[in-house]
Amino acid sequence: MLLHDLLRTSAARFPDKAACVCEGQRWTYTHLEEASNRLAHGLADAGIGPGDRVAVWLDNSIESVLSVFAILKAGAAFVMLNPTLKAPKLCYLLKDCAASAVILRGRAGAVIEVIEREVDSVRFFLCCGPKAAEEQAGAKPRFAFESYVGSFPATAPPRSAIDLDIAALVYTSGSTGQPKGVIATHQSMGSAVASIAAYLGNVPEDVILNPLPLSFTYGLSQLTTAARVGATVVLERSFAYPYQLVQRVAAEQVTGFPGVPTIFATLLQMKDIDPGLLDSVRYVTSAGAALPPAHVERLPGLFRNAEIFNMYGQTECVRVTYLSGEALRQRPGSVGRGMPNQQLSLMDAAGNPVAPGETGELVVRGAHVMKGYWNLPEKTEAKLRPGRYPWERELHTGDLFRVDEAGYLYFVSRQDDIIKTRGEKVSPIEVENCIAELASVQDVGVTGVPDPILGEAIKAVVVAAEGAAVTEKAIIGHCRSRLENFMVPKIVEFRASLPKVPSGKLIRKALIEDGAANPERNGT
Amino acid sequence: MLKDKLRAFIVENYLYGEEPSDLTDDTSFLDAGIIDSTGVMELILFLEQEFGISVGDTEMVPENLDSLDCLCRYLQGKGVDASGTAAGAEPQG
Repeated sequence: MLLHDLLRTSAARFPDKAACVCEGQRWTYTHLEEASNRLAHGLADAGIGPGDRVAVWLDNSIESVLSVFAILKAGAAFVMLNPTLKAPKLCYLLKDCAASAVILRGRAGAVIEVIEREVDSVRFFLCCGPKAAEEQAGAKPRFAFESYVGSFPATAPPRSAIDLDIAALVYTSGSTGQPKGVIATHQSMGSAVASIAAYLGNVPEDVILNPLPLSFTYGLSQLTTAARVGATVVLERSFAYPYQLVQRVAAEQVTGFPGVPTIFATLLQMKDIDPGLLDSVRYVTSAGAALPPAHVERLPGLFRNAEIFNMYGQTECVRVTYLSGEALRQRPGSVGRGMPNQQLSLMDAAGNPVAPGETGELVVRGAHVMKGYWNLPEKTEAKLRPGRYPWERELHTGDLFRVDEAGYLYFVSRQDDIIKTRGEKVSPIEVENCIAELASVQDVGVTGVPDPILGEAIKAVVVAAEGAAVTEKAIIGHCRSRLENFMVPKIVEFRASLPKVPSGKLIRKALIEDGAANPERNGT
Repeated sequence: MLKDKLRAFIVENYLYGEEPSDLTDDTSFLDAGIIDSTGVMELILFLEQEFGISVGDTEMVPENLDSLDCLCRYLQGKGVDASGTAAGAEPQG
């Protein structure tokens, strides 16, 4: 079974059913299947096939959905990139995965020129929307998405992959500051999707709202889960306008509402929402960061007919645990138990299982586990280690948990310094490296501080260079021009020096301390 | 002028003073990547403080907030006049 077979099978079962609703347009399963076939033929005609990676740098749109399936149908792997990536990091990632082609917005002309100059592996561009393609000549071919796709046949292209082939590279923040490409195969993604659809009880009648970016495994899994069961995805570009999501739920009679805690915190703050507008929702899922117990308590007041699912996972295996129903009410601080078709264990540093109540690293065994990190054999070896059987590797998550007698897991801490903000993972080192580029900055340390809406807010503590004037605005402005939006610090604090151990290593935890931002000092 | 005041806020706070050539009166802030979810909250705070209005939860939709034209239309509907004087304020001079 290949990942795009999910779409093909649903198109055969429900030819006229809405597969995707996006920007006022309704795409049936037949429509989506045929348009992605055309695009797959187009990609193949331009030389894309097995062994290629095609990058998709788009916001949530019908073009991004078609690209996912078409790239797979052409036998290649897709690389979904966050639409708020800036040119330098975009080029870094394109080089890292040696992308053969990029699908992007035609209006990004200046970025296209940078990619042409800097990324040798890219052979052509597929440009969506206005200002596309033909109008602009470049060093490498630029095709207009719409007219290019329309010129190829709607029949299924020949199969050229097996389920052990790479379906996608998914970039995730690394603790060293360099993003890592997680290798997902058709088999690993298909296995995760099957388990998720099983515990959510997805059915063809489901209408799933997706405001999460498709560059995020949690956002992508909404699309693949819907395709698996023949449900409808209502694709939203973002959750910038929260009330618009509420309106969309009512208009489309949405049954599944996936979000991150930041979305729920925003919705729970709004005073004049009529909960009647959300009554069609039968399930709400939260992942990406810990769902505060206070939200667990208040969400049923907003989503009156919905079961709440609190979930935990990581890009390296998509999903691990979920908790819902009575168990969630009884254990609001837990992330639950393992989803179907996997085995979990908690291990101490020596690799031995820990007793109930003790803390250990979560180790995951299952077909949904990644094959490794792209071109990073040492990091792969540290994360995927021999397990109970000599012929397989198990995923060492780097997350510490304890387990109760009934097998419910409780998150304790991470082994690294990764910040979780708005449901996204951010490496503090990557933000530090960016700020350190400023000549007016002598030293910088970045950490996460508790925030009621963001989960953790990014805080930068800056030591100005001697005699230099540096402002909060200059630092934030620089970060905005270099980093994805969610990585830009919310708080900038200036100090005379950074807290360090005698050897010079930064004491990151000591950066949190500062009257206003320290909840313990405020006694809250 | 109201629109100039709004444009100055957008340029100063989201574009860090660098006005791109393609920021026209009907440019969608979302489409152009100018404003994201936390940016919308900052914009609302600015509107409430600068123009003395209250933005209802149900008014937080792109039709009201997602371009300079939308903002002007919305604010004038809330009683802010075209010169950008706060709603209910005494005319000056």
